[in-house]
Amino acid sequence: MTHALRLFWTGWLFNVKNLTMSGFFMLNAAILPVFYATIAYYMFRTGARPGSLLYASLGAGMMGIWSSTLFGSGGLIQWQRWQGTLEYVIGVPTPLILVVLPMTIATASIGLYSVGATLAWGWLIFDLPLHLAHPVWFAVALPAAVLSLGLLGLVLASTFVLLRNANSLSNLLEYPVWLVTGLLVGLSLLPGWTRPISWVLAPTWGIRGIRQAAIGGDPIVAIAVCLGLGAIYLVIGHFTLRYFERLARERATLALA
Amino acid sequence: MTVSLRIFFIGGLTAYRGLINWLSPWIFFPTLVIAPIFQILLFVYIGRNAGVQSDEFYVIGNAVQYASIPCLFAMTQAISGERSQQTLTYILVTPAGRLPLFLGRALPVIANAMLVAAFSLLVSGLILGIEVPVSAWPAIGLVIFVATFSCTGLGLICAGIGLRVRETAVLNNVIFGLLLIFTGANLRIAELPGWMQAISYRVPLTHGIEAARRVANGASLGDVSHLLVSEAAIGVVYTVLGYQLLLFMERESRKRASLQVA
Repeated sequence: MTHALRLFWTGWLFNVKNLTMSGFFMLNAAILPVFYATIAYYMFRTGARPGSLLYASLGAGMMGIWSSTLFGSGGLIQWQRWQGTLEYVIGVPTPLILVVLPMTIATASIGLYSVGATLAWGWLIFDLPLHLAHPVWFAVALPAAVLSLGLLGLVLASTFVLLRNANSLSNLLEYPVWLVTGLLVGLSLLPGWTRPISWVLAPTWGIRGIRQAAIGGDPIVAIAVCLGLGAIYLVIGHFTLRYFERLARERATLALA
Repeated sequence: MTVSLRIFFIGGLTAYRGLINWLSPWIFFPTLVIAPIFQILLFVYIGRNAGVQSDEFYVIGNAVQYASIPCLFAMTQAISGERSQQTLTYILVTPAGRLPLFLGRALPVIANAMLVAAFSLLVSGLILGIEVPVSAWPAIGLVIFVATFSCTGLGLICAGIGLRVRETAVLNNVIFGLLLIFTGANLRIAELPGWMQAISYRVPLTHGIEAARRVANGASLGDVSHLLVSEAAIGVVYTVLGYQLLLFMERESRKRASLQVA
């Protein structure tokens, strides 16, 4: 257990540092969400809806978490392949999931830059009041959302690797998930058939918990559902990762790009 | 003259086909066909949520603005991609005129961008029930052509920078994000602070988006001619700047032996 925790901590820290050095990831995490937040600030300010600046900030921040997870985790195993480290990742006696999990959580954690950047930008430029309704719950909701998205990242990492054009799938999934999970849009405005899709996606509950903790409401249910979904993603990711490992060993395709 | 025309048309098309890997349907469709429609839907719904502007405002604004993806990324790739493919030396050692060599690569980019903008406008319009009169389409086509030409000029500048900078994808993404704010695709420019308005009227696409909105609402080409002239003039300025930057980079790379520096 101690070994697993130490492995998780070391892997997470290394990957957070590694991703922080990447211009592409920092762009996705810290710069693009600020652009989207700026547009949303102006749109919501023109609409003159009270309390909507914080709503927009948090939504734009969560957009960054999703982008980091999608691009980071979606291409994770492929990148290990290109860098020639996949053989070592698979070859070590430690179960593969214990090596990959800190990486996917790290890609979601990079998204915390997004939340920090959009809140700081709103506060500096748009006089966004940084008063949180339930600060303690906010401190719980944010890591819960990151953890859950990281676990969703585990599913992405282990399934995208089976697809030849996974990168284009990442491009495809960015906007639809921003839309359907209600990051900047009220879910009630979307067509009814999108509702079940939003329910099974962690960003829906993650942003709901964060917003209810920050703006007001009862965040407990949203946080619990978010963590529950994370547990389901972990089980799915465990099996899909094993499936990938078995296929790669059977077909001797581990290092083939 | 014939040689220059061959380099301009055939050379430009060959380079485009060789260097733009997203011509693969697996990349083309998600990136240039489906993503713009979801960008449009996202901003339409944010607009509805915020209670500002009509659906048509966001559909036209984002359809024209999304043309910047091929304009920026494809233009950069069509020139600086030679560097990553290790073929830049062979291109620049030829006696071919630089004007047809570089600008010829812009023509397929403009055609691609026009296709992306028109398709996004048509499909998202159908999804959201926005009626653009059939009679307005030829004029909208012309507006899109001028806007994409203008934005390709900006892409030429990015291509020049791409001959020295490694992270061109980051650069192009930042410019794409800035265009999302400053072109008025999602915000009324009159509602922006003065310094932002000043930038807005000096970047590609702003006048084109405004012209497309007016034409869709029944204005004639004559009514928006001043917008088209401004957009074209901005395009000429950016194209000249981009071309000069490419020549400068070529001279500098010869002087400093930095041609293939990755």
